[in-house]
Amino acid sequence: MSQDVLIIGGGISGIQAALDLGDQGFHVYLVERTPSIGGRMSQLDKTFPTLDCSACILTPKMVDVGSHPNIELMTYSEVKEVSGKAGNFKVKVLKKPRYVNIDMCVGCGTCASKCPMKIPSEFDSGLSKRSAIYVPFPQAVPLKYTIDADHCLYLTRGVCGLCEQVCPASAIDFNQEEEVVELDIGAIIVATGFDPYDPSTETVYGYQRFPNVITGLEFERLINASGPTHGHMERPSDQELPKRVAFVQCVGSRNEKIGNPYCSRVCCMYAIKNAILMKEHYPDTDISIFYIDIRAFGKGFEEFYNRAEEEFDIKFIKGRVSEIQEDPNTNNLFLKAFNTITGTLLHAEADLAVLSVGLRPPAGHENLAKMLDIPLSNNGFFAESDLKYSPVTTTKDGIFIAGVAQGPKDIPDSVAQASGAASAAAVFLAKVKVGE
Amino acid sequence: MSAQTKMEENTSIPLDFDPKILCIACNWCTYAGADLAGTSRIQYPTNVRILRVMCTGRVHPTFVLKAFKMGVDGVLISGCHYGDCHYQVGNKKAERRVLLLQNVLKELGIEPERLRFETISASEGIKFADVVTQMVDEIKKLGPNPVTSVGEGG
Repeated sequence: MSQDVLIIGGGISGIQAALDLGDQGFHVYLVERTPSIGGRMSQLDKTFPTLDCSACILTPKMVDVGSHPNIELMTYSEVKEVSGKAGNFKVKVLKKPRYVNIDMCVGCGTCASKCPMKIPSEFDSGLSKRSAIYVPFPQAVPLKYTIDADHCLYLTRGVCGLCEQVCPASAIDFNQEEEVVELDIGAIIVATGFDPYDPSTETVYGYQRFPNVITGLEFERLINASGPTHGHMERPSDQELPKRVAFVQCVGSRNEKIGNPYCSRVCCMYAIKNAILMKEHYPDTDISIFYIDIRAFGKGFEEFYNRAEEEFDIKFIKGRVSEIQEDPNTNNLFLKAFNTITGTLLHAEADLAVLSVGLRPPAGHENLAKMLDIPLSNNGFFAESDLKYSPVTTTKDGIFIAGVAQGPKDIPDSVAQASGAASAAAVFLAKVKVGE
Repeated sequence: MSAQTKMEENTSIPLDFDPKILCIACNWCTYAGADLAGTSRIQYPTNVRILRVMCTGRVHPTFVLKAFKMGVDGVLISGCHYGDCHYQVGNKKAERRVLLLQNVLKELGIEPERLRFETISASEGIKFADVVTQMVDEIKKLGPNPVTSVGEGG
């Protein structure tokens, strides 16, 4: 029987669960499929309702995980096979080749500055470029470079190899191969998080057709001091400061037509937060939020909503946006919405429209569910064994869920559930030990 | 101080003067901001030495006085933005102390500009570099710390 814990997903939930279990003395394997831990929270600028800087909370936790004696980080790795039973799982983890020896890489960045490839950065939602050899963001943990095999000239066409020549630590290793590691695991925590909803599938919003229609996550990157514009808000079409900004709520949420009937729980608050940030940066901006209902249910949320209306003079319009059109000369946008309070059809002009996209289960979710042999709920997220009194356990012994993997939720709830899952796993492992 | 004496004093600054600056940074915001400046490879002068504390509210006035006594030419205390403090109001307390301490420094013959309070968040690597660069420039104009240049420091 094993006392080790496997955590799948290195976002804020996985990090919190790993720290809680590591501090209790359990050996934790934290598996993350991207090159760095940090997850979605690392992309955010501020967090609601306190307007805390997201990086100020997350990066110290990431560093703690990276240097914790009981936590073994397995980044750029994926779980491939799970067999056995609770207390005695056999897990195969595939370590994807980074083509960089992480024991030798010092993170100096010489390679990235010489790399000729320029690829849209996933971390900046495609708003900036990264090289083929890269770290996702400067505060990545581990701060080790990774070669993107799909875009590297040497690996795709056998030319270039510049990084190998300039690396002062001789860390580049183009001969690296996939490696499968077998682990004996007592309990598993699934904290796989979410993907933001892709609004380009709904033509009414004109996302990707009109340059000035962006998503909430893109807005976060644009307003962030370490983002592609160093925190100066510029609209994509002409790099001008937008004077009129419209936030469009419930994009990809509460919509049965596209198969997402659920509320994503964070969009109301992040739109209000982004609106307040915009007002703090540029007090003259005219901001409207088009909503169906404002769901400000958490601690301090309603007060935050009231502040937005009273202190920051943000306009709230109750009406779902049915269509966005563009003026091809100015790239300004026209929003059509039915105001359900006044009962009138509204046409509003805006310089920038921000779509408050909802949360979707991440790619590969079904595969993982099959592998772990645990069911999914109707909305595609993992099913808990009971919604009310066992929200962190699954129908299978020894497998727990935390964060958005269980269903959409905000950062405070994710952290709380991660601590809950860690504690449930610790209780389970204690029972295993007694039973031995 | 008249313009005349100021000029005289400026001419007395040694040509090879390379100021030493102590930056007391809070663990959550500024330390992470400085880290971001480093990992983003933003260039800033190497005159600054960073001391990490959990919160700027933990910085006792004697820390600053001792630093000056030991010969640093400037002290930068930097914490979270107001409202962001992870201990509620530590940064406010630090700011208040700095304002009072600047008066004490004046009494001791140390220019109050040598002590500075800033709020820098973890995503403001660029601001960190700017503040440090500015401060080094200012201290270079002020010259060496009068405490050490007069008598024995430490």
